[in-house]
Amino acid sequence: MSDAAVPRTIRVVLPYHLRTLARVDQEVALAVAGPVTLRAVLDALEARHPALQGTIRDYATGQRRAFLRFFACEQDWSHQPLDAELPEAVASGRESLLIIGAIAGG
Amino acid sequence: MSSVRVLVGTKKGAFILNSDGKRRDWQVAGPFFAGWEIYHVKGSPVDPNRLYASQSSGWFGQTMQRSDDGGVTWTPVGNKFVYDGVPGTHQWYDGTAHPWEFKRVWHLEPSLTDPDHVYAGVEDAALFHSRDGGATWTELAGLRKNETGPQWQPGAGGMCLHTILLDPTDPGRIYIAISAAGAFRADDGGQTWKPINKGLVSDMMPNPTAEVGHCVHHVAMHPARPKVLFMQKHWDVMRSDDAGESWQEVSGNLPTDFGFAIDVHAHQPETLYVVPIKSDSEHFPPEGKLRVYRSQTGGNEWEPLTKGLPQQDCYVNVLRDAMAVDRLDECGVYFGTTGGQVYASADAGENWTAVVRDLPAVLSVEVQTLP
Repeated sequence: MSDAAVPRTIRVVLPYHLRTLARVDQEVALAVAGPVTLRAVLDALEARHPALQGTIRDYATGQRRAFLRFFACEQDWSHQPLDAELPEAVASGRESLLIIGAIAGG
Repeated sequence: MSSVRVLVGTKKGAFILNSDGKRRDWQVAGPFFAGWEIYHVKGSPVDPNRLYASQSSGWFGQTMQRSDDGGVTWTPVGNKFVYDGVPGTHQWYDGTAHPWEFKRVWHLEPSLTDPDHVYAGVEDAALFHSRDGGATWTELAGLRKNETGPQWQPGAGGMCLHTILLDPTDPGRIYIAISAAGAFRADDGGQTWKPINKGLVSDMMPNPTAEVGHCVHHVAMHPARPKVLFMQKHWDVMRSDDAGESWQEVSGNLPTDFGFAIDVHAHQPETLYVVPIKSDSEHFPPEGKLRVYRSQTGGNEWEPLTKGLPQQDCYVNVLRDAMAVDRLDECGVYFGTTGGQVYASADAGENWTAVVRDLPAVLSVEVQTLP
């Protein structure tokens, strides 16, 4: 088995309303095999917690919902391609991928 | 002894209000799904413990919830609403073509015979249904693909399918209404649809009597007379005695015929309730007085019901799905306001009390009459 096929444990921090929907703590640990991309992490997150399907990525477009943003290692990954590899610190589990709701009233 | 369970959807969660048949003392449960918009909660008529809830958010989109124990516990179910085929376009506010885009579920209507079968009216206007308890959803695309579809246009609240009425005597017959397209009827279980708007007059339209384009706010039906329909249009209260083939205005002596909610007494099919709202520019009751108007003659002759309702300085609205009736011997009537009050009358509207006063803005009210 190559190293790329060995699942790595990725930490993801979810916004409050998605934590209550999925009934999880603030941080979720996910096993991701292969390149650690946003797509791979979101696929693993939705597979583990099906209630989150459609809440981060729009069903019709497959794209990030407009009022959500992704941050990794203090950098905004919201506009990176879904297949771009996340920083090694996230891939190794030292840092969390942050999924954050845009701040707005209402 | 019978009891009632009132299902309340609000801008920031759902609440369940329970009382015995006397409807004097209430227990308030909730908020469920705190912080989420709950457009609608409704129970199955054949299994009252089966509830469906539409939960949505500007951040996270649409999710759906189901309860199998009368709302004590809930489970997320399927939320994948994908239009059949290439969605095409409808008219935007400025008359240009605009692609159909799913936004949220406005109304849930459980089947009259199968608790796992439920219909969902959505924005942008379309009708979906699920036959597996909400796990998966399929569009009944004949409605959206009606030849008039490209002419439909959103109302101020969005292009929503907000009313679904199932005919208890004819399993194939379904009525729906869309703001602002009008009312439609299917006689084949929802495969093909026809506009049923003859007699509606909407002066704000270039052609006030056009086949579609009418801003229908809500439609109500008494289950014993499913061919008789009552409609609160943007302006005008209307009535049809022929399953929507034609409509007549029955606004009569109402102080204003603008409004959203309309419902029918559980045991008197000619007794109607509306809540007149001043105008489409000022969405609150005339003169700051919250008055339910009742007609016991099927329309035209209306009387104000005010006992227990605020008669000064009241500037709330009552939205289209925020009125319901129970089926106890003495019919109970319920409505919720954008000010967070849920009012109940245990005597067909003669006297009102606020069950709760300080909920988030109420979007919908449904009632279950339990054995």
